[in-house]
Amino acid sequence: MKQSKIDFLRLKAKEIRQEIIIMITRAASGHVGGSMSAVEILVSLYHHIMKHDSQNPNWSERDRFIMGKGHATPVYYAVLADCGYIPKEDLLGFRRPGSYLQGHPKQYTEKGIEVSTGTLGLSLSTTCGMALSAKLKGEKQNYFCLCGDGEIQEGQIWEAAMFANKYKLNNIIAFVDRNYMQSDGYAEDIMPLDPLEPKWEAFGWEVFSIDGHDFEQIINTVEKAKLSEKPVMIIARTIKGKGVSFMENDNTWHGSPPNLETAMRALGELV
Amino acid sequence: MKNIEDIHIIPVVPAPPSSEFGAEQTKKGFADGLIELGKLLPNVVVIDTDVAKATRSADFQKIYPERHFNAGVAEQNMLSVAAGMSIEGFIPFATSFGMFITTRGGDQLRNSICYPKANVKVAATHCGISTGGDGASHQINEDIAICRSFPNLTVIVPGDYEEAKQATIAAAYFKGPVYLRYGRDTYPIVPEIHGKFEIGKSRTIREGTDCTIFTTGIMVSEGIKASDMLKEKGISARVVHLPTVKPLDNEVVIKAAQETKFLVTVEEHSIIGGLGEAIAGVTAEHHPTRVYRIGINDVFGQSGQSQELLDLYGLRSVNIVEKILEVIKK
Repeated sequence: MKQSKIDFLRLKAKEIRQEIIIMITRAASGHVGGSMSAVEILVSLYHHIMKHDSQNPNWSERDRFIMGKGHATPVYYAVLADCGYIPKEDLLGFRRPGSYLQGHPKQYTEKGIEVSTGTLGLSLSTTCGMALSAKLKGEKQNYFCLCGDGEIQEGQIWEAAMFANKYKLNNIIAFVDRNYMQSDGYAEDIMPLDPLEPKWEAFGWEVFSIDGHDFEQIINTVEKAKLSEKPVMIIARTIKGKGVSFMENDNTWHGSPPNLETAMRALGELV
Repeated sequence: MKNIEDIHIIPVVPAPPSSEFGAEQTKKGFADGLIELGKLLPNVVVIDTDVAKATRSADFQKIYPERHFNAGVAEQNMLSVAAGMSIEGFIPFATSFGMFITTRGGDQLRNSICYPKANVKVAATHCGISTGGDGASHQINEDIAICRSFPNLTVIVPGDYEEAKQATIAAAYFKGPVYLRYGRDTYPIVPEIHGKFEIGKSRTIREGTDCTIFTTGIMVSEGIKASDMLKEKGISARVVHLPTVKPLDNEVVIKAAQETKFLVTVEEHSIIGGLGEAIAGVTAEHHPTRVYRIGINDVFGQSGQSQELLDLYGLRSVNIVEKILEVIKK
């Protein structure tokens, strides 16, 4: 990959992180930590990997993105706004009455929001239904789904894992945002998931483990994933709260919004 | 040690009551409706959950194997998969026992299907006490209550085989989420409820001035029988069948409240949250009157032949007649 491309993606990531802080501070509500950990994944998808066109949101051949960890709407909406799906001024409505920018995604295809998600565990199943449909119609696009590591504690995820294997849905490329934290604390304390790779392998998926903040690794791995004959799970090791020193790995920032002063400090680190 | 004579012998249960027009399963109406749809709409697909023989979606599978998917014993996944297929333009019928769909799959039904108005038809079989011997764990007398409360969800409870078939077809042509409630057992054919099925429309089967019997689902034949029995006693009982519980045919309900002295509702469902409370809600606002609810009285069911259980839980014409005579005597 060209250095200039990587520099561009890094700049995008910084802008998205600023927007995340601003949206959540303005709404005085929202999930910072899990949004920050997924920034590089979404930026890679929307600014490099996926075929999509914000001027034609119903384009049938577009790659689809399904946001499993629905509480991370700030990163999702910020990226969609950056790509032109959501007018920037609409971000003012995040988590406010009358806005379509709900705390957890509500389906609105014209604005790039493909699927209603957020109660954890639904996303991979819906992705399976969409990916199976594409197979039946002979369509070639890919279906990208992002799950949280807390989310995959839901039993429904493993129902979907079996289904994707049964119907050989190799048009699914999913990610686990493996930030090792969830609402109540450390994921491995609350409900151990490790060793995670062999779990997915045993369910018939091809598994890759990567650094989820490294653009080159994300992009190169997706290229490999596209050639897989199996559904693919990319376990992306990330840092919750990534990008703001005092938010990193501090679960205070799972679901609490920063106040104005704290937000200014955070933004100071993101210039 | 018990004597052999003391061991309780299961009584021979009479065959299900049949009208002169015969009897058939409502879930067969579902299956035959699906097969019809197979011809009519190439984007109709079916997803089952390892109960394809029991729900009879296997009848469709035999003819259209490439349009039938078995998700295994995983109802939650099935419902969200169906939502995904609807996003891509298919009309999925997601099918399982009503119990597994509405309680285990409640989140998926609400958030994957109802919230985004997914064009999914949720086909619930073995509803009410109809699954019989399986017992309370597999019976569902709370599904109408759950489904009525979900925004965007249309709730249809067909009364016999033919109405089940027509409702299945109508649901596929309706845009948006629909909950279709079928029984496991065989129920009398009721020609009065045949003909074009319109979602949201009731059918007035008997005219009457003293009281109105409202039925939904398989209780329609009992309601008609009750009205005919009352007629012999000089009591004029109107019978209105409401195969669509939501949206309710409010106009007809209010008219009955105005024109007849009291109302009786009959459903193979809990008296909490079902047809009875839907009607009581409408009349309380528009024309307050007495509403007597006949249904499962806030208890869990139990094992037994489903026809026995209808007797046991008082869901027969005689129970309706008894209730009406009791009210009139008061």
